[in-house]
Amino acid sequence: MSLIEAKKGQCVILENIEYGHKVKKKLQDMGLTPGVRLCVVSSGLFGPMIVDVRGSRVALGRGILGKITVRNAEA
Amino acid sequence: MDIFKIALAGNPNSGKTTLFNALTGSNHYVGNWAGVTVEKREGRMQHAEHIMDIVDLPGIYSLSPYTLEEKISRDYIQNENPDVVLNIIDATALERNLYLTLQLIELGRPVVVALNMMDEAEKKNIQLDLEGLSAALGVPVVPIVALRKRGLPELLETVVTAHHAKAAYKPRRFNYGEEVEAFVREVELKLPKSLKADHDPRWIALKLFEHDIEVQKLVSPLKFDSGHDSPDRMADLRYRVIGEMISGTASLEAIAFDPLTDRIDRVLLNPFLGLPIFGLVMWLMFYLTFNLGGVFADLIDVFFAVHLSSWVTAGLEFLQVAPWLVSLVVDGVIGGVGGVLTFVPNIAIVFVMISLLEDTGYMARAAYLMDHWMTKVGLNGKTFIPMVLGFGCNVPAIMGTRTIENENDRLIAILINPFMSCGARFPVYVLFASVFFPGNETAVTFSLYILGILMAMAFAMIFRKTLFKGEQSPFIMELPPYRFPKPGDLGIHVWEKVRGYLIKAGTVIFGASVVLWFVLNFNFTGQVPITESFGATIGHFIAPFFGPLGFGTWQNALSLVSGIIAKEIVVANTAILYGLSDTAGAAEFGPVLSQAFTQVSAYAFMVFVLLYTPCVGVIGVIKRETNSWKWTGFSVLYQLVVAWVMAFIVYQVGMLIFG
Repeated sequence: MSLIEAKKGQCVILENIEYGHKVKKKLQDMGLTPGVRLCVVSSGLFGPMIVDVRGSRVALGRGILGKITVRNAEA
Repeated sequence: MDIFKIALAGNPNSGKTTLFNALTGSNHYVGNWAGVTVEKREGRMQHAEHIMDIVDLPGIYSLSPYTLEEKISRDYIQNENPDVVLNIIDATALERNLYLTLQLIELGRPVVVALNMMDEAEKKNIQLDLEGLSAALGVPVVPIVALRKRGLPELLETVVTAHHAKAAYKPRRFNYGEEVEAFVREVELKLPKSLKADHDPRWIALKLFEHDIEVQKLVSPLKFDSGHDSPDRMADLRYRVIGEMISGTASLEAIAFDPLTDRIDRVLLNPFLGLPIFGLVMWLMFYLTFNLGGVFADLIDVFFAVHLSSWVTAGLEFLQVAPWLVSLVVDGVIGGVGGVLTFVPNIAIVFVMISLLEDTGYMARAAYLMDHWMTKVGLNGKTFIPMVLGFGCNVPAIMGTRTIENENDRLIAILINPFMSCGARFPVYVLFASVFFPGNETAVTFSLYILGILMAMAFAMIFRKTLFKGEQSPFIMELPPYRFPKPGDLGIHVWEKVRGYLIKAGTVIFGASVVLWFVLNFNFTGQVPITESFGATIGHFIAPFFGPLGFGTWQNALSLVSGIIAKEIVVANTAILYGLSDTAGAAEFGPVLSQAFTQVSAYAFMVFVLLYTPCVGVIGVIKRETNSWKWTGFSVLYQLVVAWVMAFIVYQVGMLIFG
């Protein structure tokens, strides 16, 4: 599933980012590498989502959320 | 006595600037990195018999060549050969901070790690095995609290020791697993000797594994194939190495986020309360600027208008100085420069508020809150930050657009930024609002700021739909933990900005005042009454252009044209032009201005001042940042047209209703 579907409080494992080179690299540098555990801290109906990644908080806009594939951490 | 160079590197929000200020105090200067407009801070300090020149590198997450800041940092460390790289890391966000540390160590220069925010780490019960961490990294680790200057002597001692031991320094080789190591061996084997002499071959190999374009160019024509997804794996492997380091040396609390920040964010970023609270914060910012600033401004005004002018006049007359020179000094210089200096307190307050927003960590939240609305006009939330900075001054605000990665987004952000009403335009509103809208000054001024924001948003949308079609770039932003701002840092930030304003008053505005005084007092025949001067001739020539806007007098025409040098000059000039001998307040301005303006034309005039061609400083920075005369010229012209059209609408519609 894509990260945009994750609910507030849910923790997921990052699988892949489908985006241009620069953006992908930037996300990786901020700790969003394949296999990392992300927890959704806040998510509204619109506007960006806040995820916890490696002990820091990263806000991600709607445009990128749909391009990040994740799987459920519990599964 | 030995002198050596230290490069200070670290993530954004790691306390880097606080450490830099704590080390160098006020003994530093701010410039730009050669050829680019990223701010460069350099300072010098003395510790025992050592003199250290410290360069504050930009805040970065990594050392890839994709962002300007990262490239600058990397080039500096590689080419300028600092004796020691001082890496400051946030002890409460170890995992992410160490990502940069590994890369700094791999560059091969001696590294000293300053583990900052140890007090917060202790509060959060983070147990750290410093010796273990130091052994794992292969570099010294010194605990500090930059905010309270704790641990700094030990840190400096360690830096000095690292400097003296640098001949024997060998960077630790972090083990990234057999696949990477095999690739590294292959590269090391094939690299020519010349390259190995200048660069650490292991570093070259690791960067090739990351598909680093700069390093690929460096080793060309050699080519190495590490597979298409090796950059993804490298990032992952680095974090694995870090994970092992942390699990061996730190307690679990080290990877938890600040709970207090979460509690605050539950309110400040609440889907329903977030935006109203942000609106309230902005309103408070303007309220304090107008009202608190006004109190100080009045004191300064009285000083210039009453005391200084009369003292200087008396003094010069006592010395029997020629009347024209008295007029030049009192009317021209004191009137012009004083009129601008009056507003220093207001401008200082804007900068205090903006620095507070940045230093506490709220600015990133503002970007988050505005992202949804910025998306509607084709930009993302990050673009909102330079817009807020524009309330202070558009020059640093336009430089601030550097953080926007996408080129089209950045161009739009640059083009709309001058609509954000800067501190220099504020005096014009104060003057006109106090004369024509007494009792409603705050509302009138606030309406202009709002109009500026609306115009910026409208034109962002227009540009996105016409000139810069294409996909929106995504919003990605770290939300740092809230921090209590340090008054000293705040003072330094504000002083840097206010000093710029003061220098402008002493140079550009001083010069413009003198020139204007001359233009208004002379023509080819010598000294003449103001109505026969050069200025009147020039003004009369341009005035018809402003006729349909309701302020087509030669005085206004001349002061608007000279306002392009700096917007404050409009106020300074209005004083000189209407023959007021000093920095007159509303009381003196009132009767004079009332003859030239009605309420409607005064408001149209303010709208024009808000929107028209930015000042020379902004034009210059637009040229540097876009690196294009075409966009610079476009910016100048479209704003002039927009200002004219808007002022025209305001005046004509206003006359229909109130006229």
